[in-house]
Amino acid sequence: MAITREQVEHIARLARLELEPAELDRAARELGSILEYIEQLQALDTRDIEPTAHVLDLVMVSRPDQVRPSLPAEQVLEAAPESGEGHFRVPRILG
Amino acid sequence: MELYRQPYRVLRALLAKGEVSATEVVRAHLERVVELEDRLHAFVRVLPARSIQQAEQLDRQRGAQRALPPLFGAPVVLKDNLCWEGVATTCCSKILDGYLPPYSATVVRRLLEAGAIPLGKTNMDEFAMGSSTENSALKITRNPWDPDRVPGGSSGGSAAAVAAGMAPLGLGSDTGGSVRQPAALCGVLGLKPTYGRVSRYGLVAFASSLDQIGPIARDVEDVAALLGVIAGHDPCDATSAAAEVPDYVALSQRGAKGLRVGVAPECFSEGVDPEVARGLRRALAALRQAGALEVEIHLPHTSYAIATYYLICTAEASSNLARYDGVRYGYRAPGPNDLGTMMARTRSAGFGREVKRRIMLGTYALSAGYYDAYYKKAQQVRSLIRRDFQNAFESCDLVLMPTTPTPAFKVGEKSEDPLQMYLSDIFTVTANLAGLPALSVPVGFSGAGLPIGAQLVGPAFAEGVLLQAARVLEQELAVEPKVAALEE
Repeated sequence: MAITREQVEHIARLARLELEPAELDRAARELGSILEYIEQLQALDTRDIEPTAHVLDLVMVSRPDQVRPSLPAEQVLEAAPESGEGHFRVPRILG
Repeated sequence: MELYRQPYRVLRALLAKGEVSATEVVRAHLERVVELEDRLHAFVRVLPARSIQQAEQLDRQRGAQRALPPLFGAPVVLKDNLCWEGVATTCCSKILDGYLPPYSATVVRRLLEAGAIPLGKTNMDEFAMGSSTENSALKITRNPWDPDRVPGGSSGGSAAAVAAGMAPLGLGSDTGGSVRQPAALCGVLGLKPTYGRVSRYGLVAFASSLDQIGPIARDVEDVAALLGVIAGHDPCDATSAAAEVPDYVALSQRGAKGLRVGVAPECFSEGVDPEVARGLRRALAALRQAGALEVEIHLPHTSYAIATYYLICTAEASSNLARYDGVRYGYRAPGPNDLGTMMARTRSAGFGREVKRRIMLGTYALSAGYYDAYYKKAQQVRSLIRRDFQNAFESCDLVLMPTTPTPAFKVGEKSEDPLQMYLSDIFTVTANLAGLPALSVPVGFSGAGLPIGAQLVGPAFAEGVLLQAARVLEQELAVEPKVAALEE
């Protein structure tokens, strides 16, 4: 199941990853061989089979909509690489 | 008596009688850590001052008449993807370098309330992605039975530490075998509970429908006791089960009489090392000797499990790891002037190769035009795998199969070919896909002195049955030594 360099570039963009040209080629090879292995699933007839998203019988687990203690904002911001005025600080969206 | 050789249940009896203090127990294990750690590299962070302080406090606060809390004075090691408030949690990734969680995982809180004493954080494959601990961004952990070999992964640090006597108890996480496989390779017990049995709150997520935190120990009663402390519903984890937590220690003592043990011929395929097959037959013979019955079952979709697993876990991981973007915590790439470039550069520099590979595979499987053929297809095959087990459990109480196809492999042996590494998970991923409890039990050693494990898989919430069978194996097989020696 060959995967092209262009496809890898597209995937990398979707995943917010930057790959060097050599890495792109290597990724194409490795992903290609894994996808080839995965092709075997196509041999199985799953036409009337329900997909399993998760194994427990839980549906819409909820709690009463009441305010409860949670993490204080200042404590959360301590871990941020850059913050200020109660916000996470990041480079501008358009360079 | 060397305290580091004892299972926790023996230490507990000494503590109860006042023959030894929690401080002495912790010191004995810390000495063992100091003695071996520069050869083993099991830890990414050891906290000697903190653990001694905690032990001294426990000793001080202990009333003479009060019953000891369930894990009083128990040294425990924590895989580095478990959040512990104020202690660095990095998942052995550069992208979380220096991250200090502002909260503790529910399992960590429960351990502390039970009187356990975490000694530190252990090495793992980065973000739990790997089967050898070679993918750690920080260091390579060695197998205590042969330092040229891997301890397994991704919970290799925890398994190695327990096998080497650095602690009687450890916690790991298991998404595709990451507690059971290192347990098998390191000659200790490792349990993956039923999905939802143990809260995932505070476990850094890899694949949310597959992840479970699991106990690692050298003694069945210790596994049972540790499971009893960490299991149970948690309002902080919407996927945690409401099922009651039974007395696992009591359940483990029921013996094997009448237990129906399912064995599938698919699990003795080529690719299974003859010594692993021999270990499995030894286990089966021991169970039958103790009154169990062998039942032939079939798990026809076993050969599709790896393909299924590596589509589902990577898809879920691509989503879960999207949060590592340099904005709120961890590493941020310096330099870029725009947000998009900053994020891409952060992730590219911060993630290791295996992590990037899996993110890309998962992104592809979920992308427009490919979702049905890959992710949805895998979810459907997942249903078939679940059904295989449901059918099997109509005629047996638990299934016996290998944990791994081979004993521990050499460092570097499989790290060049990702697919080769993935195939070593063939027997463990099915329990994660089906959400079932599974336990790896030591059954002996290979001719080269490497541990061999066998795996017991049960119906949902049947951990008690697995422990029951494991206790029989422990008694009948009496595998020794339990603690690795690490000769000079």
